[in-house]
Amino acid sequence: MTLEFTLATARDALRARRISARELTEAHLAAIDALEPELHAFITVTPEQALAQADAADAALGRGEGGPLTGLPVAIKDLFCTKGVRTTAASRILEPFVPPYESTVTANMLRDGAVFLGKTNLDEFAMGSSTTTSAFGATINPWQRRGANTQLVPGGSSGGSAAAVAAGMALASTGTDTGGSIRQPASFCGIVGMKPTYGRCSRFGVVAFASSLDQPGPFARTVEDTAILLGSMAGHDPKDSTSVNRPVPDYAAACRRGVRGLRIGIPREYHSDGMPAEIEALWTQGIAWLREAGAEIVDVSLPHTKYGLATYYIVAPAEASSNLARYDGVRFGLRVPANDLTDLYEETRAAGFGAEVRRRILIGTYVLSAGYYDAYYLKAQKVRALILRDFTDAFERVDALLTPTAPSAAFALGEKNDDPVQMYLNDVFTVPASIAGVPGISVPAGVDGDGLPLGLQVIGRHFDEETVFAVGSVLEQAAEFSAKPAIRMEAGR
Amino acid sequence: MSSASAALDPAAVRRIARLARIRLADEDVAQLQSELGAILGWIEQLNEVDVSGVDPLASVGSATLTMREDVVTDGDQTEAVLANAPAHSGPFYTVPKVVE
Repeated sequence: MTLEFTLATARDALRARRISARELTEAHLAAIDALEPELHAFITVTPEQALAQADAADAALGRGEGGPLTGLPVAIKDLFCTKGVRTTAASRILEPFVPPYESTVTANMLRDGAVFLGKTNLDEFAMGSSTTTSAFGATINPWQRRGANTQLVPGGSSGGSAAAVAAGMALASTGTDTGGSIRQPASFCGIVGMKPTYGRCSRFGVVAFASSLDQPGPFARTVEDTAILLGSMAGHDPKDSTSVNRPVPDYAAACRRGVRGLRIGIPREYHSDGMPAEIEALWTQGIAWLREAGAEIVDVSLPHTKYGLATYYIVAPAEASSNLARYDGVRFGLRVPANDLTDLYEETRAAGFGAEVRRRILIGTYVLSAGYYDAYYLKAQKVRALILRDFTDAFERVDALLTPTAPSAAFALGEKNDDPVQMYLNDVFTVPASIAGVPGISVPAGVDGDGLPLGLQVIGRHFDEETVFAVGSVLEQAAEFSAKPAIRMEAGR
Repeated sequence: MSSASAALDPAAVRRIARLARIRLADEDVAQLQSELGAILGWIEQLNEVDVSGVDPLASVGSATLTMREDVVTDGDQTEAVLANAPAHSGPFYTVPKVVE
């Protein structure tokens, strides 16, 4: 029954007492039990905590009380610190870490009554596009190519969160997006994923990867559901100096605005030579849908698009090498005993970090090191300024941009593992918005010839999530996306 | 930039790893040399971009730093702070002896 509900319909059913939070939570825990051996979407499942939270929600609902998320079972990316519940970042180096505090985003969700089912799998420290770099094993995409049972990746880094929602193991989930880590897995798993404006959600208590890019955001099966969840996640937090003190709008209401009179930009640089015809065709279809719904379509240019990835792969590793310096084997996490302090640092970090994290720390260390700082890091920061200017200029002419989310559908486990740069190319369409800090959403809009889902991305102005939700909702209604993943929870399974 | 990555010889790989405090096994050096070299070579496409007169951008955040009262907001958390320590002695983290 878990796939029959959305966050919104489950909320209504709970308030009308047609279903109890305990029944809803038990159904999701049963789905996790049934599907987890195949999908491995979770690192830690917390059934006792979930049922206790569900009972508290039922008691509150019985008194006619309750917040926006009361009794709704959701999953949390294992990058958010959860008080008393192990938080690993999918890394050996944090394997034993039990946070003594709660991240602000998850605290906001608990304030609003959410039920936490557990902590979802991710690429180690959110560094990856496939959820295969997790120290706890890969997550498998619930979708399969028609007539084949090849295991596919769910995208990444928030692949566990996306797979759990797609398969019906959670109504919604949290992710984080640094260069595409919400939008690309949403596209690969046929669900909706939203990266808000940098500063919209607090980063306090989120294990840091690249602090000038990291931003928490929601996954769900409908645009409205992501709007509901973002409404709870967002808000000013004095504990994060980059979180912005401005009111949180009614995002769910914005989903009903429509696009009549909006100007939608189509960035010509996103037409790439190697783009599959099916994705190009879906993009053209998306343009037609928005035009039919009353939007004006405008050709725009973001001239520095092609330099987004290279810029990202300087800035993000540089910040990561600095952020991950804290894992020293002294204060928390893994320690490899040694006779000398330097040996302790070096042996602990050699044993604790996986190959991709090590690569990025080394790249970051190199581009920040004496003699190379100006040539790499300073140069990248200047190109970053040009990429931001591209968006600022475009948004003087248009209200939002429409692009594909990813250059391909989900690929097979083990594909693209040999060449780091090939893996990085997954984020070619999502990285520019991250670099500029603007909000973006991926909405499932169609399937490819193998029956795999493909997403379209809507990008908006800083702090104009409302227009992004409005445009995303129109695409969702026009696409009538109804395909279902092969591995999912259904009555009778 | 091109001369920079060309200089990524095995000694450079070891030097970077040393700066990052990550021990490398001898057999990892050659592979990292080729992987890091490939990534740095790919990054060099930024040489094409004219950035003259452009100020570097460190962050796109629009939050303004605000003042708060200069008062203690937290404390007496020794137990919570040490709860995840791999080793401690009383209220102190312990490490291998650093001073002879």
